[in-house]
Amino acid sequence: MFATRKLLPFFRPYWRRALAALALLTGVVVMDLSIPRLIERIIDQGITAHNTAVVIQTSIIMLTLSALSTLFAIGNNNLSVQVGEAIARDLREALFLKIQSFSYGNLDRFTTGKLIVRLTSDTTAVQRLFQISLRIGTRAPLLMIGSLILMFSTSPKLALTMLPLLAVTSLFIAWFSVRMEPQFRAVQQKLDQLNTVLQENIAGARLVKAFVRADYEAEHFEAANQEFTDRSVDVMQFMSSLTPVLTMCVNVGMVIVMWAGGLQAIAGQLSIGQIVAFTNYLLTTMTPLTLMTMLSNIFANGMASAQRVNEVLDTQPDVQDAPDAQALPAEPVGQVALERVAFRYHGLNDAAEAGLETRVLEDVSLLARPGQTVAILGATGSGKSSLVNLIPRFYDADSGQVRVDGQDVRGLRQDSLLSHVGIVPQEAILFSGSVRDNIRYGRPEATEAEVVAAAQAAQAHDFILKLPQGYDTRVEERGVNLSGGQKQRVSIARALLSQPKILILDDSTSAVDVETETKIQAALEELMHDRTSFVVAQRIGTVLNADKIIVLDNGRVAAEGTHAELLRTSQIYREIYDSQLGGATPEELLSDETKSSTDATDEPDKSGRLIHRPISVASVSSVEESLR
Amino acid sequence: MSAQTSTQTTPDVRASMQRGPAMPGKIEKAQAPKQALARLLPYLAPYKAGLTGVLALVVVYTVLGLFGPYLMGRAIDVFIAGKDAAGLGRVALLMLGAYAFSNLFQVAANWLMARISQRALQVLRRDLFQHLQSLSLRYFDTHGAGELMSRLTNDTDAINQAVSQNVTALLASVLSMVGILIAMFVLDVWLALATLLVVPIMLLFTEYVARYTRKGFRDLQRSMGRSNAVMEEAISGQKVIKAFRRNDSVLATFREQNEAVYKAGVYANSYALILMPLTNVLGNFFMIVLAGLGGWLALRGLVTIGMIATFISYGQGFIQPLRQLANMYNAIQAALAGSERVFEIIDTPAEQPDTPEAQPLTTIRGDVRFEDVSFSYAPGTPIIKNMTLEAKAGQTIALVGPTGAGKTTIVNLLTRFYEIDSGRITIDGQDLQSLRKADLRRKLGLVLQDTFLFSDTVMANIRYGRLGASDEEVIRAAEMADADHFIRLLPHGYQTMLSERAGNLSQGQRQLLSIARAILADPAILILDEATSSVDTRTEVRIQQALLRLRRGRTSFVIAHRLSTIRDADKVVVIDNGQIVEQGTHQQLLDARGFYHHLYLSQFKGKAI
Repeated sequence: MFATRKLLPFFRPYWRRALAALALLTGVVVMDLSIPRLIERIIDQGITAHNTAVVIQTSIIMLTLSALSTLFAIGNNNLSVQVGEAIARDLREALFLKIQSFSYGNLDRFTTGKLIVRLTSDTTAVQRLFQISLRIGTRAPLLMIGSLILMFSTSPKLALTMLPLLAVTSLFIAWFSVRMEPQFRAVQQKLDQLNTVLQENIAGARLVKAFVRADYEAEHFEAANQEFTDRSVDVMQFMSSLTPVLTMCVNVGMVIVMWAGGLQAIAGQLSIGQIVAFTNYLLTTMTPLTLMTMLSNIFANGMASAQRVNEVLDTQPDVQDAPDAQALPAEPVGQVALERVAFRYHGLNDAAEAGLETRVLEDVSLLARPGQTVAILGATGSGKSSLVNLIPRFYDADSGQVRVDGQDVRGLRQDSLLSHVGIVPQEAILFSGSVRDNIRYGRPEATEAEVVAAAQAAQAHDFILKLPQGYDTRVEERGVNLSGGQKQRVSIARALLSQPKILILDDSTSAVDVETETKIQAALEELMHDRTSFVVAQRIGTVLNADKIIVLDNGRVAAEGTHAELLRTSQIYREIYDSQLGGATPEELLSDETKSSTDATDEPDKSGRLIHRPISVASVSSVEESLR
Repeated sequence: MSAQTSTQTTPDVRASMQRGPAMPGKIEKAQAPKQALARLLPYLAPYKAGLTGVLALVVVYTVLGLFGPYLMGRAIDVFIAGKDAAGLGRVALLMLGAYAFSNLFQVAANWLMARISQRALQVLRRDLFQHLQSLSLRYFDTHGAGELMSRLTNDTDAINQAVSQNVTALLASVLSMVGILIAMFVLDVWLALATLLVVPIMLLFTEYVARYTRKGFRDLQRSMGRSNAVMEEAISGQKVIKAFRRNDSVLATFREQNEAVYKAGVYANSYALILMPLTNVLGNFFMIVLAGLGGWLALRGLVTIGMIATFISYGQGFIQPLRQLANMYNAIQAALAGSERVFEIIDTPAEQPDTPEAQPLTTIRGDVRFEDVSFSYAPGTPIIKNMTLEAKAGQTIALVGPTGAGKTTIVNLLTRFYEIDSGRITIDGQDLQSLRKADLRRKLGLVLQDTFLFSDTVMANIRYGRLGASDEEVIRAAEMADADHFIRLLPHGYQTMLSERAGNLSQGQRQLLSIARAILADPAILILDEATSSVDTRTEVRIQQALLRLRRGRTSFVIAHRLSTIRDADKVVVIDNGQIVEQGTHQQLLDARGFYHHLYLSQFKGKAI
């Protein structure tokens, strides 16, 4: 209940409509309950008393009431639907706004998939909860209470005999509802297992075929299939017993009414019309009970969804503008400095549970002067992307400072900061729309010539012209109709077009072939001379030209300098250089295995073993040799 | 699930079984329902006896159920009106008996049907899965995992829903309606006719409303589709949206779609829900007609009060299933549409079968030749053009070339994942076409760039390479792949469960496991696709060493991205546009100053080292 109470603000604007819906519903219930009464009148005062006028008159009253009840019910439905849909709409919008305010850290923690589920199925479940509450949820108890009252007013004695039956039925339904949940969970679990086998079989089809494992897979599947079927049979049998058992309860009630009521009628205490009315009330009391079993499901789902929706709505964005945040000047210089920065990701799944949020960056300082190109090199997981993400304040450093033009980014308006920073993210995310729209994303007012110039610099112009409609070609959802390299080039053009003072290329050419990459670099060199740029790279070839190369190792700056300097001074740089550009022959690699390392700066790797290879200057120069 | 179902008295199994939001009121129709049915029925054939039993039970419980209201009428007319307490007791007992047996048989029928339907579906799923194993890789490549998955799960689920619940329910409903009609006509023709009058009115109403509902839901679905697309794109691209400060324009687009969903939702659901009060009023109307007309007839002595009571009770028994028929009908339609798609998969021709005279392949040396091979994925766009290529036993061939040149395709052809269009490929002089595919693939070892691991233990994942391998052999393979020490550091060592997508291992560790798997398989010919994204330097070195060990003594094809591999290769084959443009050793190719030289130099262009 707590979960939905927090959603009450969403309900509040529609309380009038909801109240009207409930009023109409009450009308429906009252009229529906009066029908058995009127039938009783026909039987007792019409037929038994041989009064045709009563029969006709009562029939007309019933018809009128029935028509009225229909109108009321339709009104109730429409209002309930409106309220439910409106709440869902408002909820979606609130969620959407909230998500837009999220920092990268918030987004990492929730993941895209989860957020989409909150916006779609969870809001639908909440909507259903509200809508059904206004229609059936209230109708069922009203009907029950109403018909119980009428049963007592018709014949208290007979009504009393019904109470034990009602109690037994209620208990049975309660037991059933409680038992149903774990049963379903068990089936669902088996179904998930079955689907996992299936899904992995499909995803790994190449492997299954390569290893000729079709039979093994079929066995594997059949085992899961068998388990799922066994549980399904159990659950289906369990579920299918509900209706007959409930029908039996109603039937027992009918027999009791016939028998006990009949005895009273024989004794002259009850009329036949009353017996007939009584059986109808009995039916009206029992039907809502059956409804309850279904509703319990919808309610449970709705509550769980409401809980999850609240979780999103209650989340505060990690990064928010300070109250006295400043804007950057219209023409910033573009100097970026990191001073003893430490950073870790907070609250990310497993690590958080284990209390092991590993430091991603530790004591990182660097200075990029205006117009400089700073390359950041290091292995996967060494903290390269994290470092550049601190500059536009996508994340906040845990300690130390990130300064742009001498100002701490936490004191800047993010909007203003972002307007001077262009970023080409690791994953080239494009939006549906034309290629042109995608390039213009950062500056919708850019002219055609500017778009083309940016595309040319990003080496995208030529391939774009070859697309069916050139710049007007629609990029499908997530850019599925473009190759990885093409997407990356569009993404680069997009960043270039926004003419940022600070440009960040986060491993943005990984899917581009080496030749094109070289061309992009050449073009960038021209464009970047008055801009500060950061280039994150895995390929060493990408960074050779940088004014400064920062080598990150396990979140620390391991070395800093130009290519030539680092080749002389940095062990780790040479290591990377060698592994990629092939300084050592594989024979050397193998024989090195037996040698123990003598390098003191080497840290043991995860497995605790030292693998290190003294690099001979000769092997480096042999590459150089071959290149001449 | 639409709200209509909440009027059903059968519990809403589907809502809890279904994953994800179901589109309410989505009515799916099979293209050829009869054929689909004809394909489904054989799955029930083994259960003829059981199904006959179900039918018998349904008939018995329906008929027994009809006795109740009749006895009630008799009790009123004869015993209550006749003031016969003892007779009333007897009738009550009889009623109780009839009801009890009716419900008991109903439980029995349901239980039997649940068993039969689930077993039949088990077989269907098995067939489907087994057929899936025989399909060509082309099928998987063109259909996409997501699409296939949703088909397989949703469609079998739809069949499941219909078969396990709706078939018996439909049978029982129809039987009880027919039974009630017969009973009514036997008891009183006029009242029976009055009852029948309700049916066309109800059908007319339903059809009228359904027309709007269908349109409404179609619109709703469309606008939900649009809105979901906007949301998905906005959320998955949120980081970029933020970086480019486009929040406002995205929000505007979202608001527009969100409002459209609201409007369509109100329209569709309002119409869908009209049906409920309408059927409700028809139920009432029914009682009124019976009471009014019955009363009028009773006054003329044509019917008794008990008879009216019986009819009211019958009427409710008649109207109840009528309300559900539409739902059941839709469920069955959805099931038929689902089974159509399921059979579409089962009917997809399997991978090109081995020729009858296909030779078994025993031990091989590993000489591989491509002779004038051409291939295209889609007719008209050749990917491999007249390629001739030779690898002598034990040689390492490095395949080099720009993305899209056709390197991976060569792998696909050698493994016969795809069949060549012309030319021939031989191993030790034997044409691949004359070999059994399974034999061929057993001789080949694949280490792919995208290392795929199953959600199973580390041990089982390595053992996938050779199922009969002992634990010791698995461990030895892991040792050779330099994976043993990190495996031992995992929480449960070799028994550690790898989670979905093996998120608990690093990319490099996954590579090492897949190398261990290939080592265990001990293939004569090795196919390696080197990972492009670099793992950390030290793991990288390990992988290189492990691969080198693996390559020894085997013919190897390596899609090479690393200079060290290329330099070490016996032959470097440079591929561009589906053709071999150059081949030779690294040094020879550099000296030749051709395409390779250019490709190689481009990494260092403008930079004198």
